[in-house]
Amino acid sequence: MSFARLVLVVMAKDLRAELRTKEALNASLAFAVVILVLLSFVIESDDVPQKALGNLLWLVFAFAGTLVLNRSFAREVPNDCLDALVAAPISGAALFLGKALASFLLVLAMELVALPVFGIFYNVRWAQQFWPLMLVTVLGTWGVTVIGTVFSALTVNIRLREVMLPMLTYPMLLPALLGAMELTGDLVTGTPIGPDTVTWLKLLVGFDVLFTAASVTLIEFILVG
Amino acid sequence: MNAVAVEGVWKFYGDFPALRDVNLEAASGACLALIGRNGAGKTTLLRAIAGFSKTGKGVIKILGTSPREPATRRNIGFIGHGIAVYDELSARENLTLYARLYGLPDPRQTAIEWLERTGLERVRDGLVREFSRGMRQRLAVARAFLHKPSVLLLDEPFTALDDRAIAVLQSLLRDSLAEGRTIVLSTHQLREALELASDVALLVRGQVAFHGPCTPEMVADPGLVYRRHGEG
Amino acid sequence: MRDKILYVLGALAILILARDLYVIAGLPQEAAQGAIFKIIFFHVPAAWTAIVAAITALTMSVQFLRTKDFKYDAAAVAVTEVGLAFLAANLVTGSIWARVIWGIWWTWDVRLTSALVCWLLYAGYLMLRHAIEEPTQRATFAAVFSILAFLDVPIVYFSIRWFRTQHPAPVFLSSNGSFPADWTRVLLSNWLGLLLLAIVMTAIRLRQEESQREIDSLRRAAHAM
Repeated sequence: MSFARLVLVVMAKDLRAELRTKEALNASLAFAVVILVLLSFVIESDDVPQKALGNLLWLVFAFAGTLVLNRSFAREVPNDCLDALVAAPISGAALFLGKALASFLLVLAMELVALPVFGIFYNVRWAQQFWPLMLVTVLGTWGVTVIGTVFSALTVNIRLREVMLPMLTYPMLLPALLGAMELTGDLVTGTPIGPDTVTWLKLLVGFDVLFTAASVTLIEFILVG
Repeated sequence: MNAVAVEGVWKFYGDFPALRDVNLEAASGACLALIGRNGAGKTTLLRAIAGFSKTGKGVIKILGTSPREPATRRNIGFIGHGIAVYDELSARENLTLYARLYGLPDPRQTAIEWLERTGLERVRDGLVREFSRGMRQRLAVARAFLHKPSVLLLDEPFTALDDRAIAVLQSLLRDSLAEGRTIVLSTHQLREALELASDVALLVRGQVAFHGPCTPEMVADPGLVYRRHGEG
Repeated sequence: MRDKILYVLGALAILILARDLYVIAGLPQEAAQGAIFKIIFFHVPAAWTAIVAAITALTMSVQFLRTKDFKYDAAAVAVTEVGLAFLAANLVTGSIWARVIWGIWWTWDVRLTSALVCWLLYAGYLMLRHAIEEPTQRATFAAVFSILAFLDVPIVYFSIRWFRTQHPAPVFLSSNGSFPADWTRVLLSNWLGLLLLAIVMTAIRLRQEESQREIDSLRRAAHAM
């Protein structure tokens, strides 16, 4: 079976298992809303520039996204399912990409619900640059997902996994978050991507490509040593 | 050619050798029973044969190739301590998933066939988390057999099985041997294992203390190998 | 033999550092900043030493994944710990300098921020190691993490630099000034001293790690009895 079909089989499996309980997705969404509410006490909407609100949005995405990513490889732990996946004739790369894609879609779903909520709470007309904003969201989310998925595999057997994962991911994610924050801050206030911000777009693409390639290369070591 | 060949294998946890210079082989159609105390290295050896972990030294070959080759993995069936099916998916979804991963031509049909063979067709759309223990185990057996592997690796297959699951498994194993497939199984339950086994290997502290054909006197007196070759 | 080499290297390091200290004390004070400027002779070489440590950690991690030889794993953890200590020295000296010159302990300056993020990144490496019990898995996962962290370092630095060019931090000191040639010589000599010190520390830590591994394997052997 072709590589792409195996990726899709793994992705569909993860999505189906998650959507049946919606545990991670609901928790992540609820958490996103809670942070958005809490932030309102920190920021008085009137004197904070809307650009800064756009930056904060990525903190919400990163924090809430971790709840989804925590589950990625943890899902394989009960019943030793990971053994059966490693035993199956599927490459580590296909397994990794399938799981990453599933998490990516779940995090993206959370973000697409959180965005309008954010717009309403903070009175931001966020959709003025809709498609560029979607592009940035997709690129930023893929960066978060790739790092989150590979670290989810690294921390799969650890007792304090839920605590460990954010500590490991956020410093690593900093460049991608910075880029996404800068671009989103501009885009939600209606400023298009210009010559001085296109660097961030390049950074995001570079980050995504580099870490996807590195993860796919290293995943066999994580799975079989 | 041997179906399973383990040549001079060492496996280390840090500096501690969990397997020391293990040499074993199982011919096609043979059933090799790995016996030994807890911590003797049975699980470590089976996992290394299945290709779950790399060995420190030595070579493992399944049907003449490395167990990490995708083509080889298609021929291996593994049952470990966990049932390796997903609680949030139904029995049919689980089997269809594995049929797809193994690239079988008709995943849905294969899943239904195996649900019938393991007596689970009535609950095929029930979620695994609602299953009883015995049903879960039969599903695990179906999961490991559905791609018709020519080499079966079973880690303590009879432990924690209920009577019906043991019956299902034993009849499948007998059929498999009759069809010329190879079985390597680890167990403490000597009686169940020795009835099936054609060969026996005793592991003591990561080393092979005895490796030879299973004789009728061993079947009659399962403790014999331990007394003769073990640590008493 | 190994002991003797270590003693010689250690003595040499102390000698060089003591001599440099004497030379540095004798240097004239910098016109604008006074005596505190001389902290640069420790601040900068400490950062360079940390960079050398990071490169060594990467090499050792790659070697471990290739050979599965635990001596590389021990070397990787030893050199990472020492590198973190030197990076901490760099951060602390930088902070002291900032307090005297700028009147603040911390500023989100490009280099300070990058250094702090890198420190957190590599602290994650130690946390990950600490949490994994099984030695082979610990070594493999840590090596993968180390490689990912090293890839991230330049991206972190450049992303923070771009961020700062768009949001200029308060720059209190614009002129780089000219660094006299004989000062450069002292700087390099002090770096040599610190590098030797780092090598000795790494070697000691390495030996500890090897003893620890021996103890662990003896314990496992005892359990197996």
